[in-house]
Amino acid sequence: MDLLTWSDIIIQIVLRLGPVWVALVILFLVSFRFKRSLGLYGKLFDSTIGMIGFAIVMFWVFAGFFAGTLDWIITHDPLAQFSGMKNKVPGTPLRGAEDGDYSHFLFGGDHLARDVFSRMIAGSTIVIIIAPMATLFAFMVGITLGVPAGYYGGRLDTTISFIANLILAFPVILLFYLLVTPEIRLTGLPQYMAIFLFLFPLIFYTVLVNSRFHIVPTKRNALLGIGLGVLGILYISLINEAGSKISFLSSIDLFDVDAGLLTVFVSVVFVNAPTVFRIVRGLTMDIKTRDYVAAAHTRGEGAWYIMLWEILPNARGPLIVDFCLRIGYTTILLGTLGFFGLGLAPEDPNWGATINDGRKLLSIYPHPALVPSIALLSLVLGLNLLADGLREESLKD
Amino acid sequence: MALFILRRIAIMLFTSLCLTFVVFFLTNLYPNLEKMAKTQGNFRMNDEAVLSFLENRGYLLPLPVKYGEWLGVYPGYVIEGSDGEIRGRCFNSDQIPSESPRYCGILQGYWGYSTRFKSDVLGIVTTRLGLTGILMFWVMALMVPSALIIGILAGMREGSRTDRSLSTFSIVTTATPEYVSGVILIAVFASSAFGLKWFKGTATAAMENPNLENFFLPVVTIAIYGMGYIARMTRASMAEVMTAQYIRTARLKGVSFPNIVLKHALRNALIAPFTVIMLQFPWLLNGVVIVETLFNYKGFGWALVQAAGNNDIELLLGVSVVSVFVVLVTQLISDIGYVYLNPRISVN
Repeated sequence: MDLLTWSDIIIQIVLRLGPVWVALVILFLVSFRFKRSLGLYGKLFDSTIGMIGFAIVMFWVFAGFFAGTLDWIITHDPLAQFSGMKNKVPGTPLRGAEDGDYSHFLFGGDHLARDVFSRMIAGSTIVIIIAPMATLFAFMVGITLGVPAGYYGGRLDTTISFIANLILAFPVILLFYLLVTPEIRLTGLPQYMAIFLFLFPLIFYTVLVNSRFHIVPTKRNALLGIGLGVLGILYISLINEAGSKISFLSSIDLFDVDAGLLTVFVSVVFVNAPTVFRIVRGLTMDIKTRDYVAAAHTRGEGAWYIMLWEILPNARGPLIVDFCLRIGYTTILLGTLGFFGLGLAPEDPNWGATINDGRKLLSIYPHPALVPSIALLSLVLGLNLLADGLREESLKD
Repeated sequence: MALFILRRIAIMLFTSLCLTFVVFFLTNLYPNLEKMAKTQGNFRMNDEAVLSFLENRGYLLPLPVKYGEWLGVYPGYVIEGSDGEIRGRCFNSDQIPSESPRYCGILQGYWGYSTRFKSDVLGIVTTRLGLTGILMFWVMALMVPSALIIGILAGMREGSRTDRSLSTFSIVTTATPEYVSGVILIAVFASSAFGLKWFKGTATAAMENPNLENFFLPVVTIAIYGMGYIARMTRASMAEVMTAQYIRTARLKGVSFPNIVLKHALRNALIAPFTVIMLQFPWLLNGVVIVETLFNYKGFGWALVQAAGNNDIELLLGVSVVSVFVVLVTQLISDIGYVYLNPRISVN
């Protein structure tokens, strides 16, 4: 077996990523076919920038998904160490490869003789799950607090705004260093924060349904019963962890989230929520002066109905754009955490930690740090381009 | 105006109090204290030894008391330890205990003692801040002019090819966090793999003698991430100004295009970016921490990492006081500056 040249490496990687290309092509063909009936999503396909961004984002989503669920694409176990492959350059043949083993390290080996290519792909699985989820939770918290603050104003607004500014005045890294340590985990603090922060989707759902359907009690009760049942079980499973400070109702504790992961998740939500709050609050203050809000007032609609069913849908344009940008920012934050070795287990293949591992030998073997760097850069760039395309298209109407 | 500034300063002080209390609370959680005791004493201390270590040094007093001591509104502890030695917060090694002051806290100008560096916090903070100041100065000197030029060039003819390419460039820079651009820059310009070796991959030497070779990469790394955002704001603001009526009038009068941009549009277009540049400081602080770690430049951000990693309570508090102060002061300056630059806005 010989060392692969760069053109060989590229061909091999393109082949290896086959399922991703197929999925991308199908997605784009279907979206193009029906783009006129797909609303804002369909309009995205009128903007070149937006399409490029969407393609990059979906590339990573598919790569992470196929690698995470079906174990495709990945060539070697991302955690396994292979003897003789330490710091090997890209395209090095695997020493002592047996039948069924992939024959080469496409992007070389890192300082612990692990496959850089597989670690990069495995890292994308973590990012595409945590970043959107954490952003979604931050939005739930920000919306649930921001809409009433902007709508009612007064003392409520002053209090919540003060707390939001307080969190924003903290340097993010200091906050991470204070919250994401094994010692803090022992005190159960991240779990208490999780109890508080994860409650917001439940509150949001309840208010959303109740404000709309309280005139039809049977429908409301059915929707609330089913929705809260599902959300409640997820909530309890999320915050509970056997053997930690919070472990009750273990009979309905469906799954355990890794404690480090939960801490990372909670702190990222915590850091993002105040900014979302400020955006939502500003939008609400702007929209509440519109005529259709006055019309809803005149119809005698309740305050929460106006907030969640009149104001919020009309604020969706800027919020969707910010959602995309914020997923990118969350990706950067996750990378920062990994870069400082906070949160996840040290051997975990997340991009930030891999960059941090690779930087020590950067001047001799740049590839272990360069590969995840470029992966992270491309994902965030894709999200920013997508947001830019969405902004352009949503401004057109 | 004076009233506005006074009110803002009052809010600032209150915010700082809240924030330092949060830091104080988090660093004084028992597992953190235990870790600190073990790094200070030795790692094989049993639980009892840890407890007496902490008790002898006043760490187990109630939280408000400790916070009061640190602020300087509560007398510093004097404890006769279980080992017979008398220790006090305000004791100095060369002072006789009875002569030491009763209060010693921030209000008295005593910032505490760093358990990591074994020296005075105030001294550490000032030296480290000085080093970071040099870094920040060059970052600003590089970032602000280039961001403004990019923004103005892109915004003066909206939709042109220059605009498209410069806007794409700014999107790329906002998508490049410091730890990514730093790694890429080091790999390309300082590694043997690419063979360029134009610059140095570490900035340790820059602490005594900053020059282009050892200081260029860290400065560029921080500047790149902040640049895109300022450039985009400048572009938006410039594009808006260029559609204004008075610009059209100037064109119809026959003023040349460079003159319109430089004399008519620029001043109004720079109001919004000014605020953004000011609000960029807190973000730069993050960048500083990452870059100083990456390039091993022992400045303020490096001190933060060291303090946080070793649960060095008083150094961490000192660091947070300074950084919170920077954040709040830049916010204040940006608000005041906004009013001065834009006569249409009044404080009331």
